[in-house]
Amino acid sequence: MKPFTRLDARAAPLPLANIDTDQIIPKQFLKTVEREGLSRGLFYDLRFDDAGKPRPDFVLNRPEYAGAGVLVTGDNFGCGSSREHAPWALMDFGVTCVIASSFADIFYNNCFQNGLLPVVLKPDEVQDLLGECQGGNHMVSVDLAAQTVTSPSGKVFTFQIDPSRKAKMLNGLDAIGETLTAAPDIDAWEARRALTHPWLERA
Amino acid sequence: MRAMAGKTLYDKIWDAHLVSEQEGESILYIDLHLIHEVTTPQAFAGLRANRRKVRRPDRTLAVADHNIPTEGQGLGVAAVADEEARLQLATLERNVADHGIEFFPMGDIRNGIVHVVGPEQGRTQPGMTIVCGDSHTSTHGAFGALAHGIGTSEVEHVLATQTLRQKKAKNLRVVIEGTPAPGVGAKDFALAVIGEIGTAGGTGYVIEYAGDAVRALSMEGRMTLCNLTIEGGARAGLVAPDETTFDYLRGRPAAPKGGAWDIALASWKTLFSDPDAVFDREVRIDASAIAPLVTWGTSPEDVVPVTGAAPSPEAFASPDKRASVARALEYMGLEAGQPIASAKVDVVFIGSCTNSRIEDLRVAADIVRGRTVAPGVRAMVVPGSGLVKAQAEEEGLDEVFRAAGFDWREPGCSMCLGMNPDRLAPGERCASTSNRNFEGRQGRGGRTHLMSPAMAAAAALAGHIADVRDYLR
Repeated sequence: MKPFTRLDARAAPLPLANIDTDQIIPKQFLKTVEREGLSRGLFYDLRFDDAGKPRPDFVLNRPEYAGAGVLVTGDNFGCGSSREHAPWALMDFGVTCVIASSFADIFYNNCFQNGLLPVVLKPDEVQDLLGECQGGNHMVSVDLAAQTVTSPSGKVFTFQIDPSRKAKMLNGLDAIGETLTAAPDIDAWEARRALTHPWLERA
Repeated sequence: MRAMAGKTLYDKIWDAHLVSEQEGESILYIDLHLIHEVTTPQAFAGLRANRRKVRRPDRTLAVADHNIPTEGQGLGVAAVADEEARLQLATLERNVADHGIEFFPMGDIRNGIVHVVGPEQGRTQPGMTIVCGDSHTSTHGAFGALAHGIGTSEVEHVLATQTLRQKKAKNLRVVIEGTPAPGVGAKDFALAVIGEIGTAGGTGYVIEYAGDAVRALSMEGRMTLCNLTIEGGARAGLVAPDETTFDYLRGRPAAPKGGAWDIALASWKTLFSDPDAVFDREVRIDASAIAPLVTWGTSPEDVVPVTGAAPSPEAFASPDKRASVARALEYMGLEAGQPIASAKVDVVFIGSCTNSRIEDLRVAADIVRGRTVAPGVRAMVVPGSGLVKAQAEEEGLDEVFRAAGFDWREPGCSMCLGMNPDRLAPGERCASTSNRNFEGRQGRGGRTHLMSPAMAAAAALAGHIADVRDYLR
C-alpha cells in the first residue's frame, strides 16, 4: 500500500448526502478480476449521459477540477454495498482523499486498506469547504501527520483519526504481514478453541 | 463503570474471539468465511503475489451467486453469455480448486445466494464470527452470530490469517414489541427501524434486536430483519438464539450431530445479553402500530405506509434535505404529495438475500393463488437457492406463480443488483422485495420501491403499489 503523508491538490465539491457505492461505481464494472482500470466506471451514471457522453456540468467533468485529488462531499458517503471497487475507482481516477461530514463504516474501513484517506470534518466546516471549492481557487492541503486540512483561503481545520490507522497510512504498512507476526497467538487460540468448541472442527 | 456491568451478546461473542491486541487494534478470529465470485478474484491474486496460502479452507465456503444468469444454469459456466461474468466465474472455480475450498457451483442444487446457503446448510451457527465480501452478511446475525460485510482487502486478510483487525463497535438495542397486524411482517419491521433511525443511524453500532415481536419471528423473518441492518448503517445485527433457532438448525447438513449437538446446544444457550448489560443506545418500536411499508425514494430510509403519500420537499427544514427529496422525487417520477398506492409498476421482483426463502415464497403465493398478474406487468420469482426452489416446487408454489403469470427463475442475486441479465430498463418502476432502492441499483434509470413479498405480490396483481390487506383471505 502506498503511504499517505501530505497532499496538495485540487478539491472537487460534490454537495450530496448518502452517496452510495452503487453510485460511486455501478454494477457493470464489478465483473473485473483486476484492481486497476476502474476509473472508467467512477460515478458513471453521474459523469455520463444515456448515450455515454460526459455530462459537462458534473464536477469531475469540469476543466477547472481536472486532476482533482480531493473530493469534498456530504453525510454518510460510501453507504450501501461493501464493494472495494469504490475506493479502487477513486484511487485509479487520482482521488486519494475524501472529505465528508460522515462516512459509512464499511467504505471508511476499505479506504484504509488502500491508502485513500477519509477525513471527517464537522458539518459546518464541510459546508465552508464546499463553498470555497466552488469559487475560483480549489487548492487544498491535507496533512495527515498534523491532522489538518487547509482550505483554499487558508483556513485550517483539524480532524480526528484513530492513531493505529494513522500510523498505517503514514507508513503504508501491509496489514496481512503485520497480522502474520501474531501467527503463534492465532495457533494457540485455535488449539484452545478446538477443545471448547469441538463441533466446529470438521472432519 | 462497565467492569461491573453484564455483557451484551455482542460483547460475549467479541470477547470469545479475541486472539490478541496489536498496535491498538484487536485481532478477531473468524469462524466462517463465505466467498463469492465478485469480491474475491483480487484477494486470491494478492495471495498468489505474496505466495500465501489459505489458512483454513475448511472454514471457507464458496458459492456463485452475484452475476449468474437465472436460466440455463445446468449448462454450466461455459454457456454464460456475458464474457466478463464467465471469466469471473471461471476464476472462482480455479481459485477454490487451487486452495481446496468447498464450493457449490452454479447449477448445483445446494448453490444459491450466499446468505441463503450458509444458514440452509447449517454452516451458520450461533456464537460464530462470520464474514463475507458482501454487506448483507448481517443476515447471519439472525442466529446470534456476529456477522458483517468486508471489502476485498479484508477477504484476502481472512483467507491468509483467518482473522480480522477490528475496532469494537458500540451496542444499540432495538426492541420491537406488540403483535403486528395481519399482512405486516419482518420486512415491515426492518423498514420501520430504518425509517426511525435513518440510513446512517446505526453507523458505528452493532444492533441487537429484542422484544416479543422479534422472538415471535421465524428464522426466515429474523434473517430478513438482520439482513436489512446494514441499510440502517450498522454493519451487524443480532438476535439471541432460542428454540426457534435450534429447531431450524437441527438436522441441517453441517449442524453438529449426536453428542456434539448436545455440547453445542449447551454452549449456544449461554448466548444472550445479561439482564444488567449496558447498551449505548436503545430504540423502541411498537409492532402493532406498523402498517405495510414501502419506500418512495432512493434511500432505504425513505419509508411511507402504503396508505401514505410521497413527501413534499417543503415539509423538511434543512435546505440539503429539501434538495435531496426533490432530487429523489424527480428520479422516481413521483409528484410531491402523490398517494404512493397510485404508482403503477412495470416489474415485480420477488427474490434477493432479503426475501427469497421458502417462507417468503409461501406468503407471496398465498396472495397470488388463483389470481392473475395485471396486464403489462413483468413479474418474476427468483428463489434464494436450488434447495428453496426444489422445496417450493414440491409444495406446488411454482405452479401457483406460473398460473398467475409470474416467471419462475433459477436461483441467484438476480435483479436485486442487476449484475446478470435481469435488470430494469430506464424509467421502469419495480415493486421489489430486495434491499436497496438506490439510483440505478436495479438498472440505470430504474425506479425501485422496496416492500415485503406479500406487498410485492399484491402490486403484481393490482398493477400498481397496493395494500396487501385488501388481498388477504
